[in-house]
Amino acid sequence: MRPVLLIDFGSTYTKVTAVDIDSPRLLGTANSYTTVQTDINDGLADALFQLEKKTGRLDFCERYACSSAAGGLRMLASGLVPELTAEAAKTASLGAGAKVLKTYAFKLTEDDAEEIKATDPDIFLLVGGTDGGNSDCVIHNAHVLKEIGGSYPIIYAGNRNAARECERILSGREVHICENVMPKFGTLNIEPTQKQIREVFLNRIVQAKGLSKASELISGIMMPTPSAVMAAMKLLAEGTKAQKGIGDLVAVDVGGATTDIYSVCEGLPDDPRTSLRGLPEPYIKRTVEGDIGMRYSIHGIIDAAGLDRVAETAGLSPERLSEIVEMFAANTDMLPYDDETARADEALASWAVRVAVTRHAGRLEEIFGLGGLKLVQTGKNLVNVDKFIVTGGSLIHTEHTGRIASYGFYDEEEPESLKPRACDVLVDRSYIIAAMGLLSEHYPDAALTILKEELQEERAYEQSSK
Amino acid sequence: MEKKTIVIGVIGADVHAVGNQILYHAFTDAGFNVINLGVMVSQEEFINAAIETNADAILVSSLYGQGELDCRGLREKCDEAGLEGILLYVGGNIVIGKQPFEEVEKRFKAMGFDRSFPPGTAPEVDIECLREDLHIQD
Ligand code: B12
Repeated sequence: MRPVLLIDFGSTYTKVTAVDIDSPRLLGTANSYTTVQTDINDGLADALFQLEKKTGRLDFCERYACSSAAGGLRMLASGLVPELTAEAAKTASLGAGAKVLKTYAFKLTEDDAEEIKATDPDIFLLVGGTDGGNSDCVIHNAHVLKEIGGSYPIIYAGNRNAARECERILSGREVHICENVMPKFGTLNIEPTQKQIREVFLNRIVQAKGLSKASELISGIMMPTPSAVMAAMKLLAEGTKAQKGIGDLVAVDVGGATTDIYSVCEGLPDDPRTSLRGLPEPYIKRTVEGDIGMRYSIHGIIDAAGLDRVAETAGLSPERLSEIVEMFAANTDMLPYDDETARADEALASWAVRVAVTRHAGRLEEIFGLGGLKLVQTGKNLVNVDKFIVTGGSLIHTEHTGRIASYGFYDEEEPESLKPRACDVLVDRSYIIAAMGLLSEHYPDAALTILKEELQEERAYEQSSK
Repeated sequence: MEKKTIVIGVIGADVHAVGNQILYHAFTDAGFNVINLGVMVSQEEFINAAIETNADAILVSSLYGQGELDCRGLREKCDEAGLEGILLYVGGNIVIGKQPFEEVEKRFKAMGFDRSFPPGTAPEVDIECLREDLHIQD
């Protein structure tokens, strides 16, 4: 047996997962609650103690960690046109596992400057203009950043013709120059920026967030937890040389404060005559809905879905649902304790999935013009994706995960939203996806075997029979 | 000479793609940096592309007869977006049927288009005008 330890340093917990890579299998998992004040090593020691109570003593040959501690990798980004370079900057940052607090477009204003100063991000991503295109905006924004001061690193991935000038403007600051996120109009080149974000995270953020003390124990790969989840989803979809993957997939992670959606697929139109609009979409895409979450962002679910609709799903009166919502909002660690609160929780989760997947998925518009009907697609077409992965505390502990997941499926009544048609639902009951993403960096075959073993298929429901 | 950047595309719900392709090759061969948005392009898409690429001109095609409706307000939106004074051309079959072109030209001038071109204008003519308006010397 060769046990490997995988650690996820969260904001409020440290989670450990032990696997055997000789005959790939899960040995056990454990959690320990930590607070901002506690030393990160105390949390780890406690979690290990809990783990070894279940598994017996383990002699780990390697230890890897990911982290979303201290608020995750907090980023701000600025671009030029909202739908173009600003969107590209956001897509790049989210795909690198960051928590994007805000994306600015056009020239930064005085108000923006104050906000940036107050936010004091971990990294600022400065972009704008295609190569040879607009440079006024990005140069202006570099001046604003210079004015604000601060010590966070700045990654420059805008118009290459303005790179040197911006570097000079920001002299004295840690500036990393990358290839443009949009070198030519309408193209997306986000990998160099993502690589740079990861590097800065490793070299700087890990230290700044007090994780370096733990890092002596760790063989390596500190990455933001969402990056680990993305690595696992890519592996699961694509497979390895030795093992087939399960193909295109969508994954949802409904948390207390945000809801993350991942898709791994090209997402092109079914009908080649459909014209594509907007930026090209990344093959692995991550979106984060900051207003959709089961506790801290519970009101966002109601705002987006409507109280009456959620109440109808729950089989409760709107008044009763409203009371329960207020109670959950005020007590963010409260779990459902009776039939009514369980029904409310499930309905809220269902609509969180629905809203977040709808926002992630592309749209198909029918334009009736001269000469008939034209189809225009923006975003990713997920209709043909047939695997739907569910993770995150809020969904894996309920019995009705399949039914909740089906709220993320294609709906005949909303045909313009390109959500997946009826899918196999796979539930991350043992909550190991991020750990397997970490493991996949060195042991992809073991990680894939364990993922396939541990993800449990759940009965899904057709939209109509909900 | 530094390459001048131009944005081209077919406006509105218009799908006539052939002329657009011909123009793309003609302008590229003539030494322009051409941002081709293809067919079915909205006013906003023309403007966004011109902002990011710092374009010198926007050349709008309209073939299916709805040009006048589709082009209305484009100049004002350019002004709004900080593209004051950007060169605007329109060409193709920009109005329905056969109308005296002087009048058509006048109407498009009033809408803020620096030049409009009658059906069947050869690309050489467009290129000559661009060189003149953008002060390009060989
Ligand atoms: C092929 C064609 C189609 C094909 C298009 C296929 C495709 N995807 O490209 C199909 C069958 C889809 C089609 C559909 C329609 N068409 Co049609 N079509 C034509 C046709 C026969 C040829 C167009 C073409 O490719 N010409 C060759 C290219 C090289 O020339 P061009 O497009 O004019 O472009 C050149 C110049 O105009 C100029 N130019 C173009 N844009 C610009 C811009 C600037 C700034 C400058 C300087 C120059 C410039 O340079 C280009 C290169 O030399 C023309 C008739 C004709 N002979 O022109 C009708 C024609 C354009 N269509 C017409 C119509 C009405 C339609 C429909 C509305 C018919 C209908 N009711 O279904 C639909 C509209 C569909 C839509 N939503 O767009 C009319 C337009 C009438 C008008 N403007 O008053 C025309 C003129 C036929 C006619 N005489 O009635 N069409």
